[in-house]
Amino acid sequence: MNSRSWRGTILFTVILVTMGATVGLKLYGIGEQVSASDTSVHAATSAATAGTSGATSTPTPSASASASASPSPSATATPAQAAATKTVTGSAIDTRYGAVQVKLTFTGNTITAVDTVQAPNGNGRDQEINQQALPILQQEVLSSQSANIDTVSGATYTSEGYIQSVQSAIDKR
Amino acid sequence: MRFLETVMGIPMSIDVRDDADAAPAAERAFRVLHEADERFSAYRPESEVSRANAAGATGLEHSTDFREVVAIGDAASAASGGAFRIRRPDGTWDLDGVVKGWAAARAAQELASSGLRDYCLNAGGDVVVAGTPRDGRPWSVGIRSPHTPDEMLAVLAVTDAGVATSGAYERGSHIVDGRDGSVARSLISVTVVADDLTTADVLATAVFALGPSGVPWAIDAGARGVLAVDADDRMLGAGELAFAHPPSAE
Repeated sequence: MNSRSWRGTILFTVILVTMGATVGLKLYGIGEQVSASDTSVHAATSAATAGTSGATSTPTPSASASASASPSPSATATPAQAAATKTVTGSAIDTRYGAVQVKLTFTGNTITAVDTVQAPNGNGRDQEINQQALPILQQEVLSSQSANIDTVSGATYTSEGYIQSVQSAIDKR
Repeated sequence: MRFLETVMGIPMSIDVRDDADAAPAAERAFRVLHEADERFSAYRPESEVSRANAAGATGLEHSTDFREVVAIGDAASAASGGAFRIRRPDGTWDLDGVVKGWAAARAAQELASSGLRDYCLNAGGDVVVAGTPRDGRPWSVGIRSPHTPDEMLAVLAVTDAGVATSGAYERGSHIVDGRDGSVARSLISVTVVADDLTTADVLATAVFALGPSGVPWAIDAGARGVLAVDADDRMLGAGELAFAHPPSAE
């Protein structure tokens, strides 16, 4: 069923509209580069690789784990860790687009959510892709693709479409 | 305990994990959906929508439900600068963008008011999740890939929420940008997570019509999180997005 890999892998980019994880990274003292990346292309390319492997059979999270770059401790969660959920709210930092503040949610050591507390209004935010934040989100998205699913959200299907859908398989369980 | 019925021509399912006989509650939930279909289906000449459209602007007395749906649509229309719309250029009603999510949200309320706590209702891709499927974990809601029906774009970990997705990949479906009447094409998939499905569904349609600028907009308009894919297959996200993990990482 995976004969077709993700058509758009090459541009499989998470554009973090909030630029959020900058603050998260700062919490770890990893970096402050709010400076724009030249590298949305780079990031996209690395995601493409991960995406392909994610879409085909063995999407080990550790493999994409972090994709070379991401220096975050979250990338290598140990399964043994208790899966307690906690949130950390970063302090607001000034960027050239305005103040940014995010809240990170951790389950165990893994960032499971990035939540905007405060974000600037204005243009150009999506150009502000943090090079180091991006892989974390990409990894989250890609590794989630192989999670077990309870239900499927999608555009409304016809009865015909339903027959072929994953949801119909779930409903027959 | 699973229940499946076709309503509005769409297979809809209810998955209850409570240790209780959920059949009566599920039956009431499906009845809510059937009633909404009878009132709002444009394919039924006797439906309130069809009669209202036939009567034109001279107007009929509308039911409470009808006024509620129109109010939701008008609010979304105003908030989106007209990108979301419930009236066609000729003045007739097009309430489909509101009705399914609204009806499914009400059906889910029927489950809740029956005392059920752990359930998932899926109305043709519009999802309400409550409580937990097991062990207290959140529900894993797959987002269908816009390119391949049996692949997931991502899997979200959510509960006590509505999750709705708009896309143009199903045959014959399209969303019009109400501002100029053009078919919206800048995004190919938009998923919105919100506290309730009515909000999620309306915002997913509105973001689809608005294009990429709608992604952060939806957070201000009441979404918890938005995950979208643009026409160049780039993913955009805003707000809170909790992703599920593969079994090996749990």
